[in-house]
Amino acid sequence: MNTLVVGALTFWFVAWWFNIRLSKLPQNRFLAFLQPLLFGVTLLVLWEFLVRGFAISPVLLPAPSAIGARFASSLPILWTDFVQTFVKGALTGYVIGCGSAILVAVAVDRLPFLRRGLLPVGSFVSALPIIGMAPIMVMWFGFDWQSKAAVVVLMCFFPMLVNSVQGLLATDHLQHDLMRTYAASYWQTLFKLRLPAAAPFLFNGLKICTTLALIGAIVAEFFGSPTAGMGFRISTEVGRLQLDMVWAEITVAALVGSAFYGLVALAERMVTFWHPSQRR
Amino acid sequence: MIVQRIASGNTLPVLAVVGLIIALWYLMAIVLNAPWAYDQAGRQDTTLGFGELVAATWSQDRPRLPAPHQVTAELWKTTIEVAPTSRRSLFHHAWITLSATLLGFAMGTVLGILLAVAIVHNRAMDASVMPWIIASQTIPILAIAPMIIVVLASLGLTGLLPKAVISMYLSFFPVVVGMVKGLRSPDRILLDQLHTWNASEVETFLKLRWPAALPYLFASLKVAVAASLVGAIIGELPTGAVAGLGARMLSGSYYGQTVQIWSALVMASILAASLVALVGLAERVTGRLMGVRP
Repeated sequence: MNTLVVGALTFWFVAWWFNIRLSKLPQNRFLAFLQPLLFGVTLLVLWEFLVRGFAISPVLLPAPSAIGARFASSLPILWTDFVQTFVKGALTGYVIGCGSAILVAVAVDRLPFLRRGLLPVGSFVSALPIIGMAPIMVMWFGFDWQSKAAVVVLMCFFPMLVNSVQGLLATDHLQHDLMRTYAASYWQTLFKLRLPAAAPFLFNGLKICTTLALIGAIVAEFFGSPTAGMGFRISTEVGRLQLDMVWAEITVAALVGSAFYGLVALAERMVTFWHPSQRR
Repeated sequence: MIVQRIASGNTLPVLAVVGLIIALWYLMAIVLNAPWAYDQAGRQDTTLGFGELVAATWSQDRPRLPAPHQVTAELWKTTIEVAPTSRRSLFHHAWITLSATLLGFAMGTVLGILLAVAIVHNRAMDASVMPWIIASQTIPILAIAPMIIVVLASLGLTGLLPKAVISMYLSFFPVVVGMVKGLRSPDRILLDQLHTWNASEVETFLKLRWPAALPYLFASLKVAVAASLVGAIIGELPTGAVAGLGARMLSGSYYGQTVQIWSALVMASILAASLVALVGLAERVTGRLMGVRP
């Protein structure tokens, strides 16, 4: 046992004890923020000290400080990868996939027969390993971001379709009858009643698709990509045993993933403020 | 009676949608494979009529999109006509993927349940760990699968376990979230009732919280088992296309064997469907044993 390991363990116990004390205080927003933060910091400190204490080779697990240094020194590369994978691949596919799913859902909604068939099939397809389509999409659309966007479209389409179809069913007869007494047309009913009522379902689908989009775009790059992109960087730097670069790229992925999800959740809060789950 | 049930149920619409998808598939096969067929015809100085074009697009060796019957033929050839132990058998590859999936699924379920129990019974865990469990899923784990495989391989761990670790990471999350919800689902009034009976924390857990959480558990397990299959498939990619369904897809994409990729995909889909169905069956059996009335 060397001092660094002992230090790490001591820090862990102190932080743990402190967190337990905190959890016994009356909860407020500051505490709800502080406790997970403390836990995260503890994890990082443990990681740093243990990697140094046991002298773990940076080829296996680099220390957080080394990852941070690498992150700061390779910002331009990380930025190009981010643009290539997220902005071009994931975001394009996300918009096309979710957008077309909503349009198809609205179209299918006019044919109850098709809708009854599409719901079970859609939820079945959502459980399939669609990511396996990635090599085929790379073959069809080439190595650049178009094939990544195509994978993302496929991955997002069915979960979004199921959620949209369900969302469009969320209104009841009473509300429809009310719209009829107002002599509302189909489109007026759609935009003023049914789409707003479907919003919680739509946002549920949109939130699921944020993670799917990022995963799809990155994994599709393993099957062939230009010399930029987060998936490309991860697989080549693993091959060169530059694990600090890999972890820097993972940090970017985690930040982008959380930010993307957070933005959609924020939009949800603003659009569906009336829904019980958003009330405090 | 039966006719009525079929007419009112979802069977007909589902069949119609599946038929529509297959028809669309055949149509897309014509569209996507036509350039190559025209190219071949051009080299032989022949022109293609519509019937010949359709026949040519549905029977290419390396089509851009194989027609459904080609995939079915390939599936038949690689499952029924070769011994299951052979390396050319798709059953062999499916079993390798399935074993990693099941191991990862089991580990993920146990980890998920343990975490959920700790979170429900300990306020510090709830406040400090739960946000990180949610945040952990915004990291695209599938993207770092190659690194996990390589790092574990350099520690001397190869074969089943690294893939199972990735499956575990993907499957523990739905279990934690579902179980936390489920273990907290008993009403205040029921908890108070157990309190008046002087039930201990353990008794409350075994007699009230656990049974109440089971429906939530099974709903989560269905999501988890599908996710863990995806994890196992992706985990097979960086091992260099040795064995497993993921490896079949990768080697298919190296050599342009589209029919092979599609048959691996169909096999993976069959696996996913059967696994989800099995969990559904377990749910119904457990429900019956516990006296759930339909």
